[in-house]
Amino acid sequence: MTFTIPIENGNGVKDAEADSQRTLYPYVTGTSVVAIKYKDGILMASDMGGSYGSTLRYKNIERVKAIGKHSLLGASGEISDFQEILRYLDELILNDNMWADGNSLGPKEVHNYLTRVMYNRRNKFNPLWNTLVLGGVKNGEKYLGMVSMIGVSFEDNHVATGFGNHLARPILRDEWHEDLSFEDGVKLLEKCMRVLLYRDRSAINKLQISKMTEEGLTVYEPYSLKTFWEFSAFTNPTVGAEGSW
Amino acid sequence: MDLNLDAPHSMGTTIIGVTYNGGVVLGADSRTSTGMYVANRASDKITQLTDNVYVCRSGSAADSQVVSDYVRYFLHQHTIQLGQPATVKVSANLIRMLAYNNKNMLQTGLIVGGWDKYEGGKIYGIPLGGTVVEQPFAIGGSGSSYLYGFFDQAWKEGMTKEEAEQLVVKAVSLAIARDGASGGVVRTVIINSEGVTRNFYPGDKLQLWHEELEPQNSLLDILNAGGPVPMAM
Repeated sequence: MTFTIPIENGNGVKDAEADSQRTLYPYVTGTSVVAIKYKDGILMASDMGGSYGSTLRYKNIERVKAIGKHSLLGASGEISDFQEILRYLDELILNDNMWADGNSLGPKEVHNYLTRVMYNRRNKFNPLWNTLVLGGVKNGEKYLGMVSMIGVSFEDNHVATGFGNHLARPILRDEWHEDLSFEDGVKLLEKCMRVLLYRDRSAINKLQISKMTEEGLTVYEPYSLKTFWEFSAFTNPTVGAEGSW
Repeated sequence: MDLNLDAPHSMGTTIIGVTYNGGVVLGADSRTSTGMYVANRASDKITQLTDNVYVCRSGSAADSQVVSDYVRYFLHQHTIQLGQPATVKVSANLIRMLAYNNKNMLQTGLIVGGWDKYEGGKIYGIPLGGTVVEQPFAIGGSGSSYLYGFFDQAWKEGMTKEEAEQLVVKAVSLAIARDGASGGVVRTVIINSEGVTRNFYPGDKLQLWHEELEPQNSLLDILNAGGPVPMAM
C-alpha cells in the first residue's frame, strides 16, 4: 500500500498523468466556410483571415485545401490543428498512392476518416478544435459533408461553419436548388459571404472560392467584395430623433 | 505597488522580422521583466539557430530559450546528416513541432528568419498554438499591438537592406514608446547570402516621439545654458 503525500508548490498539486495533451482553447482561428453542390460539382468559399482573439492578425491564410485528386477540405477553428490534419491527410493520400492500384480515395472515404479522427479525439477530451467541410466529386458522384470538433458528422447539399450556420444557411435553404449553374452558384456563395462580411466581426474582405469537378480542382485568385453603405437610414440615422442611434 | 519578484520571467517584448530584396532583417527590444521589475534591460532576444537562421523570441523567457536550445541541437545534427546548411523552412518546422506538440505547456511566440540558397530570405511567424505562417513580414510580442497600423501603412514590397533595417528600428522604437513591457536597446540582425550582421541601437540614439524630450545630463545644464527664463510662480 502506497501513501502519497501531495507536495505543495506554487502551482498546486500536479498529477503526472493528468497533464496529457488537451487542446483547451484555440489561439489562431479561422471563421466561416460555406460550400454548396452545383451542377458540375462542389463550390467552396472562405475568407483568408486568421484571428488572434479579437485581433485580425493574419490576412493571407488559405483555409481551403485540395486532398488527393477528388476532394476539397475547408476548415474553421484553430489553424494549427488544421495544419496538423493536413499532415495526417498527406500521409493518408501518400499511402493510398503507394498501393498503385489505380484506385484513389474519394470524398466519402476522406470524410469518414476525418469523422473517426475527430470523434476519437473528442472521446479523449483532446479535440482538434476545428469544424471541417469536406466536398468532392468522384465518378460523377458529388459529395458534400461536414465534421465538427465533437465528431458530429453529416452530408448535405449545402453546408456552412461557425457564423455561417446562422447567417448563410437560411439563405441557402431559400435559394439553393438542384443543378445550379457555375455563375448562379458563385453568386449564391458571394451573397452569403457578403452577409458574413457585414455581420461577422472576425470576417475579413478577402475571400477565396474553390471549385471541384470531375475534371479537377480550380482555386480562384483571392478577391474582395464590394459592400453597400448608402442606405438613407445609414447616412443620417438620427435625423428626426436627435440623441438616438 | 507589488513588485512580485517571484513572477515568471516574461519577455513583454517587441519582435519583428522583415524580408527585403536579398534577405531578411530581424529586430527586437531588450527588456525582460519579472512582474513589474526589469530583470534584464539588455537581453538579446534574437537567437542563433544555425549560421544562416535566427529566431526572435517572445513570451516566456524560459520557454523560448529551451525551445530554441532544442531546435539548435536538432538543426546541428540535421546539418551534419544533410551535408549542407539547413533551410529556413526546416528550422521553422522544427520549432512548429515543439510548439504544437507542447501547446498546453508553452507560452512563447517566435519569429524565424534566415536565408538559404533555395528560397532566399524567408520569415515564418509561429504564434501561440503552433500555427506556422510564412509572411513577407511578421510582428510579435506585446509591443506588436501598437505596430499593426504602422506596418499596414509603412510596409512595401521590394525594399533595400537599408530601408528594411530603418523600418525595423523605427518600429521597435515606436513600440517601446508605448508598451511598458518593451524597452532598452534595439537589436537587429541582417541575414543574406553574404552572411550575418548584428547591429545595436542604444535607447539614446533613437528618434524622439510624441511627448518625449531630449535627454539631458542635469537640470543645471539647462539653467546654465541661459535660454528661456524658467517658470516661476
